[in-house]
Amino acid sequence: MSFFIEPVARLVREFGKLPGIGPKSAQRLTYYLLRETDEEARALAEAILSLKKEIGLCSICFNVTDHDPCSICQSKERNHATICVVEKPSDIAPLERTGKYKGLYHVLHGTINPAQGITTENLRIKELLARLQDSSIEEVIIAINPNMEGETTALYLQHIIAPLNIRVTHLARGLPFGAELEYADDMTLNQAIEGRQEFK
Amino acid sequence: MSRPRNYRAQAVVIKQIKLGEFDKLLTLYTSEFGKLKAVAKGACRPGSKLGGNVEPLTHSSLSLARGRNLDIITQSQIINGFPELKADLWTLSCSLYILELVDLFTMENSANPALFELLLGTLHRLTEMTSKEITLRYFELHLLDCSGYHPQLQKCVRCTSPLKSITNFFSPRQGGVLCPLCAEKEFKAHPLSVTALKTLRLWESCDYATAKRVNLRPALSSELAQVLQDYIKYLLQREVKSIGWLEELKKSSVDNHYRTH
Ligand SMILES: [Zn+2]
Ligand SMILES: [Zn+2]
Repeated sequence: MSFFIEPVARLVREFGKLPGIGPKSAQRLTYYLLRETDEEARALAEAILSLKKEIGLCSICFNVTDHDPCSICQSKERNHATICVVEKPSDIAPLERTGKYKGLYHVLHGTINPAQGITTENLRIKELLARLQDSSIEEVIIAINPNMEGETTALYLQHIIAPLNIRVTHLARGLPFGAELEYADDMTLNQAIEGRQEFK
Repeated sequence: MSRPRNYRAQAVVIKQIKLGEFDKLLTLYTSEFGKLKAVAKGACRPGSKLGGNVEPLTHSSLSLARGRNLDIITQSQIINGFPELKADLWTLSCSLYILELVDLFTMENSANPALFELLLGTLHRLTEMTSKEITLRYFELHLLDCSGYHPQLQKCVRCTSPLKSITNFFSPRQGGVLCPLCAEKEFKAHPLSVTALKTLRLWESCDYATAKRVNLRPALSSELAQVLQDYIKYLLQREVKSIGWLEELKKSSVDNHYRTH
């Protein structure tokens, strides 16, 4: 890309790092911004900066939030006896959209992948166990993508939570193996929450 | 063997990483071509049939097309999805260890049908309700054999004298057993009990049905694991990461449940 002048090349490189953005799209976005007014460009830049500055992780559930604890953890309307465990923050929105789930969440920020050296140490599992010391917790719903790392993680959580006398369930197998929660349609997800099952 | 433009292969998926938003980059171990990498397009889309067919620990029959950089999977059919391996934490973790070892011991595009058979056979054995330890040790020993690193167990690897029925030594660097005299001159050699040597000698030559009849007491079990894993680590010049996970699980299994079956 040496035929771009440096400021253009720099932005193309940055856009190119984003998921789903190839070199062509990166160039298109860059030239689009070049035509934009200064104000509009500044608004975009500030939105990006404030994303990093004002957003952090909830100290209870580790979802992204602009105030701590997050609004779900603080809500009186929600059922504080149920915790739904997800892999990443973006898995929460689809579950919220179904309107079926009224409990709390816990974001692990990853799944167990032994060959990559990602184990319990690298995830928010200690923090989950700390939350479960609260005797008012009745159920943990494991809503992790049904792929191999997800399955390892789900089985491990079941293994360590079951002795605490807390009900552990997982989403019904309406979700095909290898599917991703984030992209599942609402119907499937609805059924998966309603039909959640005990671990055998 | 070089791959034709369009070809079929029997494969066990040993690794996957996400590629872009919806695709997966797979590492396959195939009977016909050994290890190869291929793209499963759209495998992460909900409802993708391909996605479920190319999860790790799946034995599938695949059609592939050679691409400019990476081959692309055009058709897939599951032969065995091994659901039993994915239903139990300890079994699943042992299976992941097998996959990691196959990945670490192989190079791309070098067919090794014996290793494919060993991999597939081992996955089937892990579904049985027998001790996983024997399955893992038998796999490690035969993986070494398939890969050209068969340890010398019959005579001293240095002076070639026959081994006496006493505690001998195993040297990862020499790739075999040393008699006590030679072991003194070798920097890193670990004691190897008579029973452990006998067990390894039996396992290298017998089929699995015979191998699993060995009464593997805890002390013998950990001695064999130590010997084989030290040798493997020496050959690879690196840690096998899944071992750390298996250790962590053993420690956390207070009730022994996951270890004994
Ligand atoms: Zn929160
Ligand atoms: Zn000797």
